[in-house]
Amino acid sequence: MSDPFEPKIIAFLCNWCSYGGADLAGVSRLQYPPNIRVVRIPCSGRLDPKFILASFRRGADGVWVSGCHPGDCHYIAGNYYARRKFALLKGLLEHMGIEPGRLHFSWVSSAEATKFQEVVTSVTTAVKALGPAKHYIKQMPEGA
Amino acid sequence: MVEYTKKIQETAKRLLTEKKVDAVIGYRRGTLPMMNEPVLIKEAEKTDQLYWDSFCGVNLANYLPKRKEKLAIVAKGCDSRNIIIDIQEGQIKREQLYIIGAPCTGMVDRRKVWTRLGGKEPFAVEESKDQIVATGNAFKETLALADLLQDNCLICQHRNPVLYDELIAEALPEQKEVDPYEDVRAVEAMDAEARWQYFEELTRTCIRCYACRNACPLCYCPTCFVDESKPQWLGKSLDPTDVRTFHFLRAFHCAGRCTDCGACERACPVGIKVRQFTKKLNRDVLDLYQFESGLVLEGRPPLDVYRPDDPENFIK
Repeated sequence: MSDPFEPKIIAFLCNWCSYGGADLAGVSRLQYPPNIRVVRIPCSGRLDPKFILASFRRGADGVWVSGCHPGDCHYIAGNYYARRKFALLKGLLEHMGIEPGRLHFSWVSSAEATKFQEVVTSVTTAVKALGPAKHYIKQMPEGA
Repeated sequence: MVEYTKKIQETAKRLLTEKKVDAVIGYRRGTLPMMNEPVLIKEAEKTDQLYWDSFCGVNLANYLPKRKEKLAIVAKGCDSRNIIIDIQEGQIKREQLYIIGAPCTGMVDRRKVWTRLGGKEPFAVEESKDQIVATGNAFKETLALADLLQDNCLICQHRNPVLYDELIAEALPEQKEVDPYEDVRAVEAMDAEARWQYFEELTRTCIRCYACRNACPLCYCPTCFVDESKPQWLGKSLDPTDVRTFHFLRAFHCAGRCTDCGACERACPVGIKVRQFTKKLNRDVLDLYQFESGLVLEGRPPLDVYRPDDPENFIK
């Protein structure tokens, strides 16, 4: 019998809010699925579409991007710009055939440890339901 | 539209003689039929090279970024919109430009001519009024212009230049009743797997020549993402994932800037409908931010501004 599928999810967390939220979830001993691999970014506005594509290309089953709530950005407006970028990015990726449940966005503040826990759980459940990523993975040639 | 030729030549000659501009950017006949080429003319006596017919599909705004001299430029509706974007993005100054506006009835897609001719090679293609006459080895065929237009011209809603110093013909009525996003909706109606296959099929023949990028007036970065090597975001191979990543990022870099001028599709040597990527973004930008690129000089592009109440129903 094969093992149940455990997805690999790349989580891009903004340094000031969501990363703090993850930290608080940790020190508060909140349980959440261990499927996320966290990459800390200075601001959600720093997220380049290339990061998401690179994650999928290297075999991530899902990607989750999280930043400060609108109005709370450490750099005043980084997440407002990011929001427009994300809307178009998600639209085009899904238009091209990536399943809607593979790419997630959220706002989690550094005080919202429970929201962090809830979002990790819902993202993991959604990606798990889709199964392993079938598309967009670059198959490396033998010996590369 | 052949009758514009004389007017363009006269205007260019006048501007150069009066030393109002240092050079004129326009079109001249190419060495092959249906392939008019861009030309930069500095001397008044050379202005008779300038030419105009329905094969002037190249977007001349592509030749503006970072030029220092004062230029006159022949501009169709789409060219003028791209000129506005160049000005907005600081690539050229309005004072440097004298825009010769050419109301455009649509440019001919040479592939549609080849298809109509059924593989016969034309030696000469001449335009007169609303038809073209293709002459070749033992054949002479007359085709209606209306059946040969580029896909983006069929749905064009800005045939008249948006910004100009002089119009060389009377403004045309705009095509109000066309539905520009019919094909985008058709793809959206498919399920994820079918969409994946649709784009897989679409880009299957891509040879990664980057002609779509080079023809695009929006692409002027000193180092393109395809050439970055540390880190290398994009493999250089013909692996379908790399091809797909290239097309995705190329389109995304045009988000909120694309004028649907069709330069990319026109330049593609294998005939990939690359506008299918940019059109989805154009439609989303219009729906979400009520913005159409290159229509006014004032204001900033949609990804350079925000509103506190922008839609965010996709964010948890």
